[in-house]
Amino acid sequence: MKSVAVIGASLAGLYAARALRAQGFDGRLVIVGDERHRPYDRPPLSKDFLTGASGQEQLALADAEEIAELDAEWLLGTRATGLDTAAGAVLLDGGRSLSADGVVLATGAAPRRLPGEVPTGTHTLRTLDDAQALRADLAGGARRVVVIGAGFIGAEVASSCAALGHEVTVVEAAPLPLVPQLGEEMARICATLHADHKVTLLTGTGVSRLHGAGADGRVTAVELSDGRLLGADVVVVGIGVRPHTAWLEGSGLPLDDGVVCDAGGVTPLPHVVAVGDVARAAGSRAEHWTSATEQAAVAVRNLLAGSTVATHRSLPYFWSDQYGVRIQFAGRRAPGDTPRLVEGSPDDRSFLACYERDGRTTAVLALNRPRPFMRLRRELARATRPATA
Amino acid sequence: MIPVCHLADLPVGESVRIDTAPPVAVFNADGQLYAIDDTCTHQDASLADGWLEGCLVECPLHAASFDLRTGAPTCLPARRAVRTHPVTVEDGMIYVHHLAEEGTAA
Ligand SMILES: Cc1cc2nc3c(=O)[nH]c(=O)nc-3n(C[C@H](O)[C@H](O)[C@H](O)COP(=O)(O)OP(=O)(O)OC[C@H]3O[C@@H](n4cnc5c(N)ncnc54)[C@H](O)[C@@H]3O)c2cc1C
Ligand code: FES
Repeated sequence: MKSVAVIGASLAGLYAARALRAQGFDGRLVIVGDERHRPYDRPPLSKDFLTGASGQEQLALADAEEIAELDAEWLLGTRATGLDTAAGAVLLDGGRSLSADGVVLATGAAPRRLPGEVPTGTHTLRTLDDAQALRADLAGGARRVVVIGAGFIGAEVASSCAALGHEVTVVEAAPLPLVPQLGEEMARICATLHADHKVTLLTGTGVSRLHGAGADGRVTAVELSDGRLLGADVVVVGIGVRPHTAWLEGSGLPLDDGVVCDAGGVTPLPHVVAVGDVARAAGSRAEHWTSATEQAAVAVRNLLAGSTVATHRSLPYFWSDQYGVRIQFAGRRAPGDTPRLVEGSPDDRSFLACYERDGRTTAVLALNRPRPFMRLRRELARATRPATA
Repeated sequence: MIPVCHLADLPVGESVRIDTAPPVAVFNADGQLYAIDDTCTHQDASLADGWLEGCLVECPLHAASFDLRTGAPTCLPARRAVRTHPVTVEDGMIYVHHLAEEGTAA
């Protein structure tokens, strides 16, 4: 393999590029990214970066020295618009194209948006530019902030806005947020964190539209589906993400809520692999930092080998920081698995719980208990690793 | 020189954090004592909460690993070393010789 194009210059793309070099690929490496920034880390965007506790320098995923060592051609501010598999070429905006023997798809995901036009002062949070715009909007003194969606990102944004002294309301369509991730009992405990910090959580109601006024059409209120009006100066929409696959339509690659690939990240074309949030690997798609980094090394190995010689099956893991509480979760929880409190107490917002099914542990959850969490996470990883690995 | 705890209270494989500024983590790795800055250089996890294996400690948040002897990271996502501090034992008591940051009284 003489040339590889990595499409998407963020976490998974950078880790793929690193893995290519680490695994001995010394050919031409081109990294295409539609953002103008070099790879940076997204998790702090809703946490320390939003509160101002950390700055842009701390977001960088690679320093100048490492960028130089990678010896890659960077096409930043450049969008891939198509994949011509017959010609072995990636089409780029502006009518250019790029030929490559191998392609790594790492285009991640984009936030879902509210339908229709939205007034100014309405934000989504995925990119550094998004975070800077939101920060600027929050800088002018105390505001009424409405966060739509109480998932992890919505909750983190609410927590950061509350820490900055804003008056925050979170609106969630489901009767209780985070149930699909944590199950009802643990989700209920996590939902109490909002009230601890005087953030109002309104559940079981959707948003019918946003109101704007004035010459700049700035948001003034959020209208709920039950007719209630919430006054708002800033609105953040955190209602999930959609994998960035639109540009691959017509390429012949199977797309189904992500790029369909096997457990090794390999698509039906052995010279095209998918990694990170955009990859639907062996039937499931993760939206977590750790899987994006882990998948890259495996997919690149398969790409260089020309077939699936390795698969990625580590234990899913994610963390979230809200209201000074560090939430960590690892494992594969299925609906109906019963959580059992192992130590600590929900009242102290510090505990460890194991999810169990038929006497087996399927997942672990911790609030502010990193040490025992880590022990259990390792045990669980060992217990669930396939015997062949 | 900062007292940490009695040697007997820090068995092999255990660690303890001391609330200096910045905080320091002390480890008993196979009978050898080490002290490093407690906060992971990647983000903000406490390394005293990490996973100790030989001379390496793995961060509990994103699994960066540090060599206790040098403070250097042995894998990503951490890229900068943590500082190391000398440790001594006197009369069964562990002491850290904390290299305080300029301007902080320790
Ligand atoms: C605010 C926020 C907080 C988060 N917090 C956590 C957390 O606490 N814990 C956790 O586990 N995970 C967290 N995540 C999730 C984590 O950041 C993602 O899982 C990770 O970024 C996925 O990496 P990726 O490289 O696959 O995708 P992305 O990071 O989305 O990168 C994809 C890149 O490809 C670019 N791109 C898209 N289409 C094209 C195209 N056609 N041509 C060229 N470039 C293109 C995009 O602009 C983007 O730069 C958070 C995410 C966000 C946004
Ligand atoms: S905080 Fe230690 S690895 Fe990220």
